[in-house]
Amino acid sequence: MTVNGATPVGATTPEEAAFAQEVQRGEPILEVRDLRKHFPLTKGILFKKQVGAVKAVDGVSFDLMQGETLGIVGESGCGKSTLAKVLMNLEPATTGSVKYKGEEISRLSGAGLKAVRRNIQMVFQDPYTSLNPRMTVGDIIGEPFEIHPEVAPKGDRRKAVQDLLDVVGLNPEYINRYPHQFSGGQRQRIGIARGLALKPEIIICDEPVSALDVSVQAQVINLLESLQGEFNLSYMFIAHDLSIVRHISDRVGVMYLGRIVEIGTDLEIYDHATHPYTQALLSAVPVPDPTARESRDRIVLTGDVPSPANPPSGCRFRTRCWKAQEKCEREDPALTVRAWLEGRARHDSACHFAGERENV
Amino acid sequence: MSTVADQGRPAREEPYTGPLLDVRNLHVEFRTRDGVVRAVNGVNYSVSAGETLAVLGESGSGKSVTAQAVMGILDMPPAAIPEGELLFRGRDMLKMSKEERRKIRGQKIAMIFQDALSSLNPVLPVGFQLGEMYRAHRGSNRKDAKAKAVELMDRVRIPAAKERVGDYPHQFSGGMRQRIMIAMALALEPDLIIADEPTTALDVTVQAQVMDLLAELQAEYHMGLILITHDLGVVADVADKIAVMYAGRIVETAPVHELYARPAHPYTRGLLDSIPRLDQKGQELYAIKGLPPNLLRIPAGCAFNPRCPRAQEICRQKVPPLAEVTEDDGTPLAGRGSACFFWKETLHDG
Amino acid sequence: MPDRNEPIPDDHDPLRNINPTDSDHLDYVGQQGLAVEQETLIEPDPAKREQARSLWGDAWRDLRRRPIFLVSTVLIVLLILIAIFPGLFTGTDPRASDLINNYLRRPDWTDFFGGGWFGYDGQGRSIYARVIYGARASITVGICVTLAVTLLGGMAGMAAGFFGGWSDAVISRITDIFFGIPLLLGALVLLNAFSVRTVWSVVIALAFLGWTQLARVMRGSVITVKQSDYVVAGRALGAGTSRLMFRHILPNAIAPVIVVATIALGGYITAEATLSFLGIGLQDPTISWGVDISSAQKVIRQAPFVLFFPAAALSITVLAFIMMGDAVRDALDPKLR
Ligand SMILES: Nc1ncnc2c1ncn2[C@@H]1O[C@H](COP(=O)(O)OP(=O)(O)O)[C@@H](O)[C@H]1O
Ligand SMILES: Nc1ncnc2c1ncn2[C@@H]1O[C@H](COP(=O)(O)OP(=O)(O)O)[C@@H](O)[C@H]1O
Ligand code: SF4
Ligand code: SF4
Ligand SMILES: [Mg+2]
Ligand SMILES: [Mg+2]
Repeated sequence: MTVNGATPVGATTPEEAAFAQEVQRGEPILEVRDLRKHFPLTKGILFKKQVGAVKAVDGVSFDLMQGETLGIVGESGCGKSTLAKVLMNLEPATTGSVKYKGEEISRLSGAGLKAVRRNIQMVFQDPYTSLNPRMTVGDIIGEPFEIHPEVAPKGDRRKAVQDLLDVVGLNPEYINRYPHQFSGGQRQRIGIARGLALKPEIIICDEPVSALDVSVQAQVINLLESLQGEFNLSYMFIAHDLSIVRHISDRVGVMYLGRIVEIGTDLEIYDHATHPYTQALLSAVPVPDPTARESRDRIVLTGDVPSPANPPSGCRFRTRCWKAQEKCEREDPALTVRAWLEGRARHDSACHFAGERENV
Repeated sequence: MSTVADQGRPAREEPYTGPLLDVRNLHVEFRTRDGVVRAVNGVNYSVSAGETLAVLGESGSGKSVTAQAVMGILDMPPAAIPEGELLFRGRDMLKMSKEERRKIRGQKIAMIFQDALSSLNPVLPVGFQLGEMYRAHRGSNRKDAKAKAVELMDRVRIPAAKERVGDYPHQFSGGMRQRIMIAMALALEPDLIIADEPTTALDVTVQAQVMDLLAELQAEYHMGLILITHDLGVVADVADKIAVMYAGRIVETAPVHELYARPAHPYTRGLLDSIPRLDQKGQELYAIKGLPPNLLRIPAGCAFNPRCPRAQEICRQKVPPLAEVTEDDGTPLAGRGSACFFWKETLHDG
Repeated sequence: MPDRNEPIPDDHDPLRNINPTDSDHLDYVGQQGLAVEQETLIEPDPAKREQARSLWGDAWRDLRRRPIFLVSTVLIVLLILIAIFPGLFTGTDPRASDLINNYLRRPDWTDFFGGGWFGYDGQGRSIYARVIYGARASITVGICVTLAVTLLGGMAGMAAGFFGGWSDAVISRITDIFFGIPLLLGALVLLNAFSVRTVWSVVIALAFLGWTQLARVMRGSVITVKQSDYVVAGRALGAGTSRLMFRHILPNAIAPVIVVATIALGGYITAEATLSFLGIGLQDPTISWGVDISSAQKVIRQAPFVLFFPAAALSITVLAFIMMGDAVRDALDPKLR
């Protein structure tokens, strides 16, 4: 699944070996096509009148493969959480389609939705607010079984909850404790246990480690990775920490103002980015290596992210792009592979002038 | 201290050559109904003009409390400073009168907080808030203050400063607001700026802009800068020297290059190892086991001992002092110190 | 193997780095201590440790060992007993007036539980007997109005906050309209419509005017709680409306309602008193603390005790309910246990 250091002996470099592995991918388990979520902006108190819309997610398409981890990165406000919520059916999609194993799920409700919910679960960002402070850990992790009684018969539930606690590395005796009696990292484990309870196939992690201490982040990342192997999970991993995303992801999608602007394997994105925004994002990441600080070639973006209620015409990034030309204002660049790209640069990128940076 | 001889004389009469700020053996505790929270347990650090000191540590390690003690903005009680010296230009601020301290605060030492939105008054235009600094401290009139405000906003590179002085805080983006906070800290041209997690709430692209700006202005004004953060990356980019904090103590100090290349404390080592590296992809990340300690009950001996892979019996019995770190042959390494009995071994395996 | 074990030995408190700046939603001062207390408080009986716990069960366990709760419970039980069986506590007829012998006679401390214990009022009636017999009307008004407004207001507030949209618009507008009416003035007008005014007509009038206050509090509280991540997490699991409302939102939204309701209880008893004073609430043959307080005002200079005893009874009752409300609210917050 993931590429590791076991290079076949012979002429191949680790890079090429990795490339060979990238090609074999699983079946898509989630297919997202042209998904949009617009929040209406209204005026007036009694008679509301729509005056516009926040285009939080505005035409996102991608596939999530069985057993893979798809990382999603982007600045805050670019629509990552909204995308997660729409996939979870927590917010209705405005338009577009989401297919789970070939079945359309974006407009489900009632029993159909409940059945799908079992298979797609979520881990939230803030371990301090995502657990009900007035429920015991046993009740929190056991709640999925109460909602979906078919998963675990009544008598076995307590046992099932204790097993889950054990799986995520918490002492099963803590079943009667309340969330505030745990540290952030431990709470996040409780959240993960809740997400695992229904034996889902997909887990959407919305910034699962952002709120944790540095020394605890690694513990949670390791847990997520070992669970993926154990339960054959597919992850959509949203984060703004690019080095963690790189560590855990097989593929990475970069979002800007409600769109995916570039998507590809981790190597394609991190070492062969072709979209100017991805390049700027990567160059801005603080590197924990002082020797690199003079030699680094930073692209410092000017200006702010435009409002999602009123995105620029044509390419959305053009207001901050140093490569922007007149064409960028007229034409919205499609997310495709440009003909002139070669090698690992040949991956989907939404730029008219996609190309690697010369001086990397 | 014997340098207190110059009391009563104006501060900047003869050029002062020592460090700008010298924190010595600072202790801060909070007396709560559950017991005494020992938030800071003997912190030592110093900053000179033109120097950037980064204070690195996980949340709860006492970084902010130390900074607040230096600023003199701790609420006492519940806080108390049972021990320690805070030497600013050689004079202990803890022994100064309230009035003297108030003069230092803002004029000589300024602070930038993590959350710019809640540090700015939402109902006043930012230009007014900037100008306020001059009106309150320098007695400028309204017109001058406004002109100064525009100048400051220009300084921190806010586009179209003239048109935006009348805007309210919510009309600016997060990065812009942080710039305004920087402008406010700069207003009275302080000698020292303490920035408490100034970019933690910002996106990477904006983070880079703000850090660059801060570093540039620091060089321009030749100020001392204390940069508090939990992000190893941010530190590497701008700091000259680093102090690593754990459970209210400095466990390691070093010039920035050396800390990353050869850590001399197991905690620093663990932090560096837990950063995902390229060649580790698909493997398990190194994780420091366990949790940071409860400050109500700090473990006996070395506070890190329950989590330390190197811990021995002695670590549970004695508190390791911040020892000088030297090469094998005894050549001292300038500015390096480690509060670990086994710094030598750690340095070697690094 | 991944290092899954983050052991929490009992001397190693998980509640460390709770930090005011980093997690402002936590009351860390309280936090620091909880674990300490928790070790001794929540796990009293190792044999029972294995039983599943629930919030209400834990709250009850916790309440039973709170002195404030015990004291207030004893008081309230006593008050209710007095309200139901006043005859048990005094043999004197509260309506018997003995003008010649007892006009404004001072309290006689030796007359333990007797007619003259608290002295006599302007019409020569035993104040002690009147305080005992007055409990029924006052407590009935207090408890019934509070229950009614909490239920009505709570449900309306919950519906408005939870469903939002037009149901919120309608309910909020109604509460706004009611909010403009002063309680007493409104009750005055309403009670005028009743030809015979009993305790129940007062209850109905006060409840009709009072529910909007609770609805507002509940609505605000529900709206805050509804946005929390754990409610979203519940929805993500497929939880239905009633589970979200009663498992997730209600226990987290109820605290301010309890506080406001218990404080309002005193207000209703006093409102009844004021109405009686204005001659529009209960009328003289009915005995209530309110009626007595209002009639005592005429003689307050000569005989302050005439006012003192019914007023003290009223204060103790109000205090008992406020203390109980506080204890219940704290017990329902695991962080404060
Ligand atoms: N319920 C909502 N109503 C209106 N706008 C919203 C709502 N939720 C999110 N938004 C807007 O949508 C955009 C994307 O938000 P979000 O998905 O949370 O971003 P991210 O998770 O990438 O930081 C933001 O501009 C945000 O203000
Ligand atoms: N007012 C207070 N009362 C009790 N404890 C406090 C108070 N302020 C801070 N602390 C404690 O001091 C410790 C250090 O806090 P702080 O310096 O803010 O950490 P950080 O390194 O994250 O900035 C924390 O564990 C916190 O619980
Ligand atoms: S399409 Fe144009 S504006 Fe957009 S990223 Fe490419 S070069 Fe920049
Ligand atoms: S003193 Fe001992 S416990 Fe502390 S860091 Fe050094 S080796 Fe580890
Ligand atoms: Mg988000
Ligand atoms: Mg802090």
